[in-house]
Amino acid sequence: MTGLAYLIPAALVLGLFGLLAFCWALRSGQFDDLDGAAHRIFEDKDEPL
Amino acid sequence: MADVVLQRPDLAPLDEASVREAKAQSEHLETLYLVVANASCPSCIEKIEASVAALPGVSAARLNYSTRRLSVARKLNSCSLEDIQACLDAQGYRAAPFDPARQVQLDEREAKDLLWRLAIAGFAAANVMLLSVSVWSGLASDMGTATRSLFHWLSALIAVPAVLYAGVPFFRSAVAAVKKRQLNMDVPIALAVTLSCGISFYRTIAGEALIYFDAALMLLFFLLIGRYLDRQMRRRATTTAQNLLALRASSAVVVETDGQRRNCPIQELKPGMKVVVASGECIPVDGDLAAGFAEVDMSLITGESAPQITKAGDEVFAGTLNLGGPIEVLVRASDEDTLLGEIIRLMELAEQRRGRYVVMADRLAGYYAPLVHILALATLIGWWALSQSGFEAALMNAVAVLIITCPCALGLAVPIVQVIAVGRLLRRGILTKSGDGLERLAKVDTVVFDKTGTLSLSRPRLLNAEEIDPASFTLAAALAGHSRHPLSRVLAEARPSSTKELSNLQEVPGAGLTANYLGEDIRLGHPTWCAVPRPLRDAGDHAGPELWFRWGQRDPVRFLFEEDFRADAIEVIEALKSMGLQVELLSGDRESAVRRAANRLGIDSWRAGQRPNEKVSFIASLRNRRHRVLMVGDGLNDAAALTEANASISPASAIDVSQTMADFVFQGDNLSPILETLRTARRAQSLVVQNFVLAFLYNAIAVPLAICGLVTPLIAAIAMSSSSLLVSLNSLRLNRRRREKAVYAWR
Repeated sequence: MTGLAYLIPAALVLGLFGLLAFCWALRSGQFDDLDGAAHRIFEDKDEPL
Repeated sequence: MADVVLQRPDLAPLDEASVREAKAQSEHLETLYLVVANASCPSCIEKIEASVAALPGVSAARLNYSTRRLSVARKLNSCSLEDIQACLDAQGYRAAPFDPARQVQLDEREAKDLLWRLAIAGFAAANVMLLSVSVWSGLASDMGTATRSLFHWLSALIAVPAVLYAGVPFFRSAVAAVKKRQLNMDVPIALAVTLSCGISFYRTIAGEALIYFDAALMLLFFLLIGRYLDRQMRRRATTTAQNLLALRASSAVVVETDGQRRNCPIQELKPGMKVVVASGECIPVDGDLAAGFAEVDMSLITGESAPQITKAGDEVFAGTLNLGGPIEVLVRASDEDTLLGEIIRLMELAEQRRGRYVVMADRLAGYYAPLVHILALATLIGWWALSQSGFEAALMNAVAVLIITCPCALGLAVPIVQVIAVGRLLRRGILTKSGDGLERLAKVDTVVFDKTGTLSLSRPRLLNAEEIDPASFTLAAALAGHSRHPLSRVLAEARPSSTKELSNLQEVPGAGLTANYLGEDIRLGHPTWCAVPRPLRDAGDHAGPELWFRWGQRDPVRFLFEEDFRADAIEVIEALKSMGLQVELLSGDRESAVRRAANRLGIDSWRAGQRPNEKVSFIASLRNRRHRVLMVGDGLNDAAALTEANASISPASAIDVSQTMADFVFQGDNLSPILETLRTARRAQSLVVQNFVLAFLYNAIAVPLAICGLVTPLIAAIAMSSSSLLVSLNSLRLNRRRREKAVYAWR
């Protein structure tokens, strides 16, 4: 039963990571243009350094 | 920082946020918004952004491909809106400015807020479920009370804040409704969630074996998903409609009484004014043709591809294209009353009506939750009052009722069939756009087709390419390449690389093209235009459109065209009839063309020359006679009719608005997806009914047993999950049965 002491927090923290990642994605506008993102992958542009 | 941005205009920003950032970083920057309607290829994004960003003074340009809106950050007074439009125009994009402040925006923040609550509910539901499953299996084995209690407290710790946060949209709406002394669909939902959380919290404190935080969170999670999808759908429709509005020609050239011309914003046009429309331009308002004749591409309004010849005094409509020479139009209606505005208004009206189905679906789900609690409460009171076994036993029985009646099987009955059906359709290239579309489609008894673009492909087909001598063909194609007439375009594309040295090129609306080639006069168009002798002209019995070509004094050449129907149109209509459906044809095209199509395809009932509002009222009258109508259409003129019908399907080639309005969108050049969708919908519907019967049977047996106190919570939990499993397995038959049928058909 002592395993629970770290397994449960581990499960919660992992879930929380997912939630935070989603939060970041939402805030940084990743969901603003879903169709465009699918096409932008084909852009072949060299970024100037 | 601002300087850096300005010094490197070639650097496209990473997202819209950086456009805003660039704006904020310098007071000398401002952001312009444009709608780019025909940006519909993957490489368009790069082309548009790169070319606009290269303009002097522009520091950033970003195209949102989903909404077709371009945001441009520019230095104040550097490059004008016209420069940007001209730059896009040169590449073949039609751009129109729009003012976000003037739009009736659905609050962007509200959509994000909903998504965020959905994420919280999902996170909490998953974790609480994890803990609950442990507790359930612990009940069957040897979990100690201390461990169980720990799990319960953990669940409470996660669930209570999550429910308080994620449930806010429902709570808010429920409170508002109760304040108005009304009951809406959110009241029972809010009640169910609050009650199950409250009871669970009490039971956690009391150290009881079972709690129901998981049920409350699952309920919220699934309801929020539905709500979010509904909202997204609405947002897309609104965006499309607004883009359409922005795209209308924004200014018109007015001829004053003294003959002078000036630019005038469309909003300021008054009935009686005279407007000049140049060749190839969009007619800005509804009105009457002042003089001469015009060749107008009415496909936006009637769906018909062939240009319509309009005489002086005839009506012309906003949004249609002037394909002939410059014309003068007498303004008949002000901007608000134009036909295009009418279409958009019709669409909005029909959309409001649609909400009812969603409400009904929600309400059914909402009914069950309070029923569960009333039953449980009755059990509690009954056992407490009538039996000697005490409060604790009464509470346990009530809990068993609560678990047994957990609406899982009932809740799954519809959605799981939906998910399987939608997945099935998706694999066949059919996109399901509305949640209850399948449900409505299954009940359909009448199918109404649009003709152009739906039954027929939108372009005519050249019939006699082999009969024409190559030299004339190439020359005719080269000449046709200079015209926007649909027949000319088909001819030009038949010989794509035809270029010839043509001089004195001229196009006469309603007649044809003429040019000079190596000193000889060449003509393409109407038979009289090419001076074709009458006996030759009447030869044969071709009923479709045709073009004549004359090269100097050589014999005239005739190009025959035919409206090209989708390859399997006849079979599909035959199959629809054999399924017992009534088939109707409703077209904006002229009568002769519609009659021919109807005869060819075997449709007995047809109507020609239908305007958008006539299509809507025809469908409404069918519905008044208690028919359930499926509308299949693709044009802007069908958009309102699609919404008015009980269910609707559009081909993927349809205009944006129609695709947005339709319940289903199918890919490809065949019509058979319509049959596939109908069959899947009917099969899905019968499975839903079966599932309901299964779930009700289960409840009818298990609930009385639980009320009588014959079921422990653990057995109740097992019974509940097995009933859910049964329903799920039954739904999977949707996939299996269809495969057998496919094999059968293949043999």
